[in-house]
Amino acid sequence: MSADRRPLSPHLQIYRPQLTSTLSILHRLTGIALAVGTLLLVYWLAAAAAGPDAFHGAQSFMGSWLGVLLLFGWSVALFYHLCNGIRHLFWDAGYGFELPQAYTSGWAVVIGTGTLTVLAWVIGLIVI
Amino acid sequence: MSLRTPLARVRHLGSAKDGTHHWWLQRVTALALVPLLLWFVISVIGMLGADHRSMVDWVSNPVTAALLILLIIATFYHAVLGLQVVIEDYMHDRVARMAVLLLVQGLGFLLATVGVISVLSLLF
Repeated sequence: MSADRRPLSPHLQIYRPQLTSTLSILHRLTGIALAVGTLLLVYWLAAAAAGPDAFHGAQSFMGSWLGVLLLFGWSVALFYHLCNGIRHLFWDAGYGFELPQAYTSGWAVVIGTGTLTVLAWVIGLIVI
Repeated sequence: MSLRTPLARVRHLGSAKDGTHHWWLQRVTALALVPLLLWFVISVIGMLGADHRSMVDWVSNPVTAALLILLIIATFYHAVLGLQVVIEDYMHDRVARMAVLLLVQGLGFLLATVGVISVLSLLF
């Protein structure tokens, strides 16, 4: 096979995803989602600056089923990107490159994301 | 043997003349965002369903305003650097890539400015 015809890695039709590759692409996807989610943050702050009526509208939207769904998605993406980002910072510092360590830290990220999300929403629902 | 000149080697700036600047700031903003986001999430939970009065009280506290502005700057800097890498990875047409990069960077600066000004107007 000539060099220019070789499949690029990962060749998605024949590639078997692993925890490490799945978490890797999820980091990028949640990053993009969070970048879009900044619109919600700016809308919330700008509405507060605009006055009581605009802020009431923003708070009502966040409390609607669509708002809660968006906030839930935002919180999962945030906690995932945060946990996996810390994992990346350890790699940048030169730690945790062995395969068993990468799997252990990967599962720690999955468990950490779930725990933080549940914790935040349980506290949030008690507050309301 | 390296084909690079001794001057190019000591400058550590590589062919893009940017060195590790992009990479490093992505990490610096990431590090700053860890405590800022934990504070923000806890604060936002406290503001669920809050009325305008309590929102103004919260943001007009100088510590809150300072942390919010730092959060906005770090968030948008980090987001624009991250989106830049994604765009450079997947967009191969030079003109389209430049156009999308400028659009994303412009939108990032615009949104960050709106956010900072909103906080400042609630502070003063």
